Amino acid sequence: MKLRVRHVSRYVFDAPVKRLAQSHRLWPAETQGQSVIQWSVETENAVTGSGFRDGAGDWTQTVTVKGPVSEFTVTAEGLVETSDTSGVLRGHRERVPASAYLTGTRITGLTAELRMAAEAALEGMDAASPLDRAHALARYVSDHVVFAPNRTEPATTAAEALEGGEGVCQDHTHVLIALAHAADIPARYVTGYMLSTEDSQGAEASHAWAELHVHGLGWVGFDAANRCCPNEYYIRLGSGYDASDAAPIRGIVDGATQETLDVSVAVTDSARQSQSQRQQ
Amino acid sequence: MAQADQNFFNEMLNGTDVRAAYENLDRWQANMPSDLRSLKQHEAEQLFRRVGITFAVYGEGGDPERLIPFDMFPRVFTADEWRKLERGIKQRAAALNAFLADVYDGREIIRAGKIPEHIVTRNEAFEKAMVGIRPPMNIWSHIVGIDLVRTGRDQFYVLEDNCRTPSGVSYMLQNREIMMRMFPQLFVENRIAPVDGYASALWRTLASVAPKKCEGEPNIVILTPGQFNSAYYEHSFLADLMGVELVEGQDLFVEGDFCWMKTTEGPQKVDVIYRRIDDAFLDPLCFRPDSMLGIPGLMNVYRSGGVTICSAPGAGVADDKAIYTFVPEMVRFYLGEAPILENVPTYQCAKTDDCKYVLENLEELVVKEVHGSGGYGMLVGPKADKAMIELFRDKIRARPQNYIAQPTLALSTVPTFVEEGIAPRHVDLRPYCLVGEKIELVPGGLTRVALNEGSLVVNSSQGGGVKDTWVLAE
Repeated sequence: MKLRVRHVSRYVFDAPVKRLAQSHRLWPAETQGQSVIQWSVETENAVTGSGFRDGAGDWTQTVTVKGPVSEFTVTAEGLVETSDTSGVLRGHRERVPASAYLTGTRITGLTAELRMAAEAALEGMDAASPLDRAHALARYVSDHVVFAPNRTEPATTAAEALEGGEGVCQDHTHVLIALAHAADIPARYVTGYMLSTEDSQGAEASHAWAELHVHGLGWVGFDAANRCCPNEYYIRLGSGYDASDAAPIRGIVDGATQETLDVSVAVTDSARQSQSQRQQ
Repeated sequence: MAQADQNFFNEMLNGTDVRAAYENLDRWQANMPSDLRSLKQHEAEQLFRRVGITFAVYGEGGDPERLIPFDMFPRVFTADEWRKLERGIKQRAAALNAFLADVYDGREIIRAGKIPEHIVTRNEAFEKAMVGIRPPMNIWSHIVGIDLVRTGRDQFYVLEDNCRTPSGVSYMLQNREIMMRMFPQLFVENRIAPVDGYASALWRTLASVAPKKCEGEPNIVILTPGQFNSAYYEHSFLADLMGVELVEGQDLFVEGDFCWMKTTEGPQKVDVIYRRIDDAFLDPLCFRPDSMLGIPGLMNVYRSGGVTICSAPGAGVADDKAIYTFVPEMVRFYLGEAPILENVPTYQCAKTDDCKYVLENLEELVVKEVHGSGGYGMLVGPKADKAMIELFRDKIRARPQNYIAQPTLALSTVPTFVEEGIAPRHVDLRPYCLVGEKIELVPGGLTRVALNEGSLVVNSSQGGGVKDTWVLAE
């Protein structure tokens, strides 16, 4: 499948800022499941720094803008050929050992409730295969966190999201990471794009899911919000411990001001004219 | 002078005989009238106040305005003693660096089964962002502080390694400076190896790890969290001595491939940053997003070879308590050498033989919980009563894997001025090893002394002071 992506992030500042700096991870890596035909990241008049591939296999680059800046737009777009690998991440060149993803952050940190949830999810599965256990955890998250926009915040923790029983793909992902950690399975946050279908959840700015490290298979993606594993409808951008660590754009401005961010992501099947997502 | 206490190694006295290295000093103190002594002690205090060196050693906290007591009686090492220490310290610094280069790359030592993977990758100090990064010359810890104690003529133990930003070197330099000013005659009568080469050695070390992209003489800066940091004095002191800029995060910015310093003549490129702030605060775009102390984008410039950060982020994984046990193994694994300096022997109660030994010798050992900290759940055998020892015997039997034990270390003593003249007091030592193109060690270090009689605690927050540390020239 050939997916065309246009991902625009527009920042508007109430008062002009003196300087803006962002770290970008906006380039899909080459893996068995995806091959980049064309890709570009436009950053208007920003100065770009040398890019490099980090240990997790993600291309990383800095941009800075000397102020006064009142608005700034980042546009990532291109064409990626995808195939279905049943969620298994193959051919991704990375060097960070899986065991580095066994520890939680402030957002994914374990609580007694999360541990109990992991136990409940895996009840009677002691003899099950690692892959089946991972599926059971993902299923548990799908069953216990209902997709509901605007009920959680970016800073909502995994424990809070599970307790509230509602959230968006970011929350599903954080809860699944935490449950995996409770079961001693390395897990991480993955950002990317998804071609939405009629019944898919997570029509957000950009999509997110979890990868669990399954013994014998390596990293396997689980999209608990959509009760599936990433397939040819997905493009993988980058990974991290949690949403903040994995963010495709991490930025900071010099000068106190209110910032409005308008993100629009359009993913289309290049063979057909199709769906677009837009969200404020 | 009284005979030395046989339980502790006395660095000046061998029985009742004064060791050769201390003969001049013994005569010096014996001939010093007591009124002159108190005058000099007062003068020393004035000098320390004037230079402003009042910060807490090793960031122990406490009153930042408080002066740490300076004891005028120097601690002396002979050239022979120092030669062995120097080899051991350099060896250890080399092994720690080799370990860091390895665990962020091929992880050979883990593959070889010498160190369990989880101790490294699940360690808080492990930085995922550094995996696969190769800093200039593959050096990760450029200033290694190794804390040592002495228990016998030839017996030294490493208490801990400090691979991040060990502090206290300004005390080493100021203690010497003040001794030379107050007692110039001592430095004529004794041939003492100088320590004032430290600043230029530090500059050479930092310059030698400038990035490949740097042409000409590198621009080096010291990055401080600011004047409210307890070691701010040291940051500005070292910047002065090296003739480099002392900067805070707000003085630097990232643009294009490089990091720049704001100056009145416009931006100036920075090549090497000797940072005295923690990893978490270096760059809000890579680590803590709320850090106000760091430079946004710095880690990307560093990782793409535009600037060098000393020590490398993530270097702390080599000086962690859990890693300490494996340092002698690192020496054998990376250098193919026998370790010259020893770790404090540690008995793992999880091992049957160790456990048997521990249970038979509880009265003499310090027992600690494996994951404990801050002295919680600890048994100090020689100071514990029978009931406490029996309590621990039961605890260890119930959950042996939860406990380790170490011998109670008999820290050596050095004569120290007290009300009645001089008396032996316990000491430790922190030398500062520089690792760049070469591995260098100035002959000296910071000696901390437990000023209270019988105390083994050298921490400045608990009655500790500092001394000048002499290494006699050949």
